[in-house]
Amino acid sequence: MDETELRKMSTGHIFGAFAVVLSVCVPVLSVDGFSFLGTHLSWLCICSLCVILVNILLLLLLKPNASSKKTSLSNKLSKLTKSCIYFVISCFLFHGIIVLYGAPLVESVAETFLFAVLLSSFTTSRCLCLLGPNFSAWVRVFSKDGALSVWDHSLQITTVCSVVGAWLGAFPIPLDWDRPWQVWPISCSLGATLGYVAGLLIAPLWIYCNRKRLTYKSR
Amino acid sequence: MRRGHVLLFLAWVSILFYSGIWIFMSGFLLMRIELNNQSSCADLPSSGPQGPLQQHPGTCWLPRRFQKAVIIIIDALKYDFAKYEPGITNPKPYQNKLPVIHQLSTSQPRHARLYPFRADPPTTTMQRIKGMTTGSLPTFVDVGSNFASYAIQEDNLIHQLVENGRRVVFMGDDTWDGLFPKKFFKSYFFPSFNVKDLHTVDNGILQHLYPTRDSGDWDVIIAHFLGVDHCGHKHGPDHPETANKLAQMNQVISSLVEHLDEETLLLVAGDHGMTDTGDHGGDSEKEVMAALFLYSKSPLFSHELSKEAETVPQVNLVPTLSLLLGLPIPYSNLGAVMPDLFSWPKKESSVSAALTLASAVHINALQVGRFLHSYSLAAGDLPSDKLRDLKSLLSSLMSEYEQLISERSRGSWTESEYENRLRQHVLRVQRYLVQARAVCMESWARFHPLRMLAGCAILAATCLLCYLAAETGMALDLSCKFLLTYPLFGVVGAGALLAFGKWLSLIEWDCLSLWALVIAASQLTFFYSFRKQMQVRVRLRFRQLSLLFSGPCLILIFRCGSLFSDSFVVAEGHVAPFLLMSLLVLTIYKLHWDGRLTLPTLSPLGGDTTKLTLSTGYRKDGPILLALLGALTLCVRLSGIFHNCREETPDCHPSLFLAPLSNVKDPQLKNISYLGCIVCLVAIVYMVRKWLQHYGNLNSSSALVLYVRWGFPLIALAITCHWALSAGAEDSLARLRDLIQLALVACPRAVYGLAALGLVFLLWNPVTVFMKSSRDSDADNTVTTYSGAPGSQAELLHVIPQIYRKMQRTMKSRLRHGTDEEEENKGAAIEAYGLSSVYSAAMIVTLSLLTMVLLLLHSERITPAFLILLVEAFVILHIHSHVQNLYYAPDSSDQFSVPWYAVISWALAGTQWFYSTGHQPVFPAIHWNSAFVGFQEGHENNITPAVLVAANTFSAHILFSAGSSLLLLWPFLCETPGKKKKGKKEAEEMPLMEMRLRENPDKFAGALLQLGTKYLFIQGVQLLSCVCAAMILRRHLMVWKVFAPKFLFEAAGFTVSSVFLFLGIVLLLRVDSAVKSWFKSLILQQQR
Ligand SMILES: [Zn+2]
Ligand SMILES: [Zn+2]
Repeated sequence: MDETELRKMSTGHIFGAFAVVLSVCVPVLSVDGFSFLGTHLSWLCICSLCVILVNILLLLLLKPNASSKKTSLSNKLSKLTKSCIYFVISCFLFHGIIVLYGAPLVESVAETFLFAVLLSSFTTSRCLCLLGPNFSAWVRVFSKDGALSVWDHSLQITTVCSVVGAWLGAFPIPLDWDRPWQVWPISCSLGATLGYVAGLLIAPLWIYCNRKRLTYKSR
Repeated sequence: MRRGHVLLFLAWVSILFYSGIWIFMSGFLLMRIELNNQSSCADLPSSGPQGPLQQHPGTCWLPRRFQKAVIIIIDALKYDFAKYEPGITNPKPYQNKLPVIHQLSTSQPRHARLYPFRADPPTTTMQRIKGMTTGSLPTFVDVGSNFASYAIQEDNLIHQLVENGRRVVFMGDDTWDGLFPKKFFKSYFFPSFNVKDLHTVDNGILQHLYPTRDSGDWDVIIAHFLGVDHCGHKHGPDHPETANKLAQMNQVISSLVEHLDEETLLLVAGDHGMTDTGDHGGDSEKEVMAALFLYSKSPLFSHELSKEAETVPQVNLVPTLSLLLGLPIPYSNLGAVMPDLFSWPKKESSVSAALTLASAVHINALQVGRFLHSYSLAAGDLPSDKLRDLKSLLSSLMSEYEQLISERSRGSWTESEYENRLRQHVLRVQRYLVQARAVCMESWARFHPLRMLAGCAILAATCLLCYLAAETGMALDLSCKFLLTYPLFGVVGAGALLAFGKWLSLIEWDCLSLWALVIAASQLTFFYSFRKQMQVRVRLRFRQLSLLFSGPCLILIFRCGSLFSDSFVVAEGHVAPFLLMSLLVLTIYKLHWDGRLTLPTLSPLGGDTTKLTLSTGYRKDGPILLALLGALTLCVRLSGIFHNCREETPDCHPSLFLAPLSNVKDPQLKNISYLGCIVCLVAIVYMVRKWLQHYGNLNSSSALVLYVRWGFPLIALAITCHWALSAGAEDSLARLRDLIQLALVACPRAVYGLAALGLVFLLWNPVTVFMKSSRDSDADNTVTTYSGAPGSQAELLHVIPQIYRKMQRTMKSRLRHGTDEEEENKGAAIEAYGLSSVYSAAMIVTLSLLTMVLLLLHSERITPAFLILLVEAFVILHIHSHVQNLYYAPDSSDQFSVPWYAVISWALAGTQWFYSTGHQPVFPAIHWNSAFVGFQEGHENNITPAVLVAANTFSAHILFSAGSSLLLLWPFLCETPGKKKKGKKEAEEMPLMEMRLRENPDKFAGALLQLGTKYLFIQGVQLLSCVCAAMILRRHLMVWKVFAPKFLFEAAGFTVSSVFLFLGIVLLLRVDSAVKSWFKSLILQQQR
């Protein structure tokens, strides 16, 4: 177990959580007429952008998948374009899955799509930052013995937490409480965001608690 | 372990469940006690009328105001239908179609008045007739008995009319015949049940109405028209036919008005309203608000009305009519007289009118007080403190009344002051009457908590029992002693003990509680012997409890929890598919998590991660499973198209596919939908045949195979004929109408007959195996078709040969000559096409037969839903068998145990399809039309329509529970042919598939028991949560609207499911015994 890696990761996660909190607070305080419920669409955009930016920043600063090999610029560029394509594909994929899960097909397409973008930025963008556009590595990370580093574990935890949060967020929708946050997709995006933040905070703790077992495994 | 024991055990468990339901229901769905007391003129509850009425001759409780009455009941006459809105330029079909009412009430405002008429729920016709004649409040439990109406035992208006020598002539709805048998002076009944028939009842009435009226041989005419209601059921209110019907009613009313004399009261009333789709039964505003119109040639009212009349509760009609016609008020009446109608005689002064009203209200109050008194003596379920309050209020009102009367004789007040005081008094009495009614209403929705608890406890214990039996599974000893003797001993012992106690009159309980004790005793003996057995044999460890602490358990908890929220019950049609998809996604993800999708040779930890690419490291099951998952979610999403709506969701629009084809007006659309339905039907038949062909079950020449080849298309043909005829029956020529009516009866009956024939063939010989003896050919060749060795392309595709040898070895030792070579030398190899899928083939044939019959009972355009249902079931089975085969080797004993996630997803799919076949767990959403498929003329008995309607409502339950044994069979069917290319021994690698079941009869029986108990457990847990929700939330606002109907539907669905699960297992065992005898005959053949 690399203590420094864990410390790096914890700070990164705290920054990520902080970015989400900022994405709610800053526009509310600075922009007139902005509210989490009222202008949910713009919030979805802002939050996704924040999360993606923080992820890229962390990638550049912390270098979680630092490989010894030097890569050429063209290689980097192709990786970048590939990542973008992956991200767009994942947005559409999420949109399709959400619709298949029961979201309205025609009405509020923009909401559904931006929710898909939010989910993608919570899950796919992190995958892209930590693992690169390497699909088989993704598949590996999300299986039982696939995690090879603390970063892989944190990826597992945050991804599962955001998806489960979004899933749980669907439950209040049918209730007849007539609250503004029960409108699609507010409760789901709320659930996903809370799940993501919770995942970010839980991951270092969980890894710290299980460090003995994990140390044994990584070697 | 014997197979019979499995069946007996399942039957016993089902009976336990039924008893639990029954005991709970007896505590939950209470009926009000009906008093048999009758009112009569002699026992006037008060000292008699006062003032100018005293000397009136022929006075009963109050002098007779009208000699005669014509009562016209127009079924489902909504207030909106009768109200006239002059401002409307473009009226809807139902608006402003009764101008005579408007014209009379404006031109003669003191003679005619239209009231909103509020019916009490449930708004079914029989309950309303009961309420409108007895003046009491119907209870919820009456809703179910709409099929057959029973004679009213309580005192009622008709009884009073007859008792007081009035000649009552009735014409119309034959529900009245059942309610008031032999009461009428003259009667003309017409069948009411066929809601498609708009005209028979009304035309029949019109034939007799005018002659009867003109003959004068009557005192009261009651005519109950059904056309408007049936039109609503058939077309909905927003249809030109409604306008025609209302215009006809307008004509009836105006011609009655013309010939009315001064002594006659005309009353036009609707028994209830209707929703926008033409349904009724619930308590929504639209269903409850009917119309009441009163008219008389002599002035009825003291003054004109400036605004719209106040709403009249439906029960108020009874005391009003009784007193106006000079009758005693029926004993159990809870209504209050309508004050507008008791302002006579007007000649002398307004004081006399006020006195009349005061005495009418006084009599009314005394009658209600008397009823409450005797009811509290008989039942004691009304809260005593409230009764005491009411009683004291009544006595104070009585003394106030006496004082007022005596003051009048003393003349200490001026006229206007006195009148004012009288009116004040009347208001107070009216408040008393409203209070009394409210008290009754509140307490008749009252429960037996002990019985409810007992029912819950029995259900919970049975669920636990099922769970234990399912988890122990194979280890459970199903010996006669364990299974039957102990519970039977418990039953007999407890029964004898209780009977003895009862005989000695030590116990004073009713039969129900005794039965509950007997059931509890038999459960306890089971638990006791189970515990003993477990101590000796296996220990239940926590690891073995495979349901608890797992993903499927979480889904099940969510599912059961959702039944406790009315919003979730309303949204269940969306919740069930959501959970189903989540469960299967979870299962497949877990498969990946456990590393089952990667090939064992390439461990992800082994090499460099970059080398691990999709193509090398992964089984092809991964993409297949993803594709299946995609197909499943698509099916689930598409199934949402066919949803029906309930009144709680006002912005929901019922699916267009639910309306029958005959409602489609655009001919082109009609043709296209008709063709689409036919395509779907043909696709179903084609898919089933293709499946059977693929597994080689369509080769033999047995009766069943011939039936599948020719009978299935014939059934499909009959169904399409029926659709064509019923869709176009309206616009056919008059000459052809009789012929078409005949065909409309003949086609569905042909389908029923053919399906029955198919079942007979199936039970007679379910073995669809084609045997080809190949003595002369080389033995090696005969068995290798599956793995791609010699053989024509057709053989390769359509035929799966099954080695007979393998069976032989396990079956009898007589033929075992030792090694394989010997058999090859003997050339005794036999190709048995379709042997390995013989069980599933029988199940598939049964299910497709059931599907086609159920399809016929639904509206034509639901057919695509059934196609999607079959595809979805197929996909679920495939996912399940992939998962199962990835986890377990084909010959391991775990293959025999169906995992929990599969059973839960199967049950969830059943729930999902209940909604996606256009049903909702509310009474107005029942498709009553299905009772007439093949029985256009109605029924002689009540059982056939009940069966047809139940089959229609629970078709998804029927299909999924009858097909649940496929969950066991399918993994065997999809078994991958073992390791190939091992040389000469290819014969060994031929997949045994379902013959593994045949090889392990003990495991087979255990697996069936496990499957049955698991399925019953899942269904039982859902039922238990419905029961608990209904019990805990019994004071909830939505209890009668959401939870109670949901409980009833769930209970009925459970019953249907358990019966069909049982029948499915019986069928499987029948196939098994047939296969056994087939082998026997084969061996005999070989020996020769
Ligand atoms: Zn009716
Ligand atoms: Zn009706």
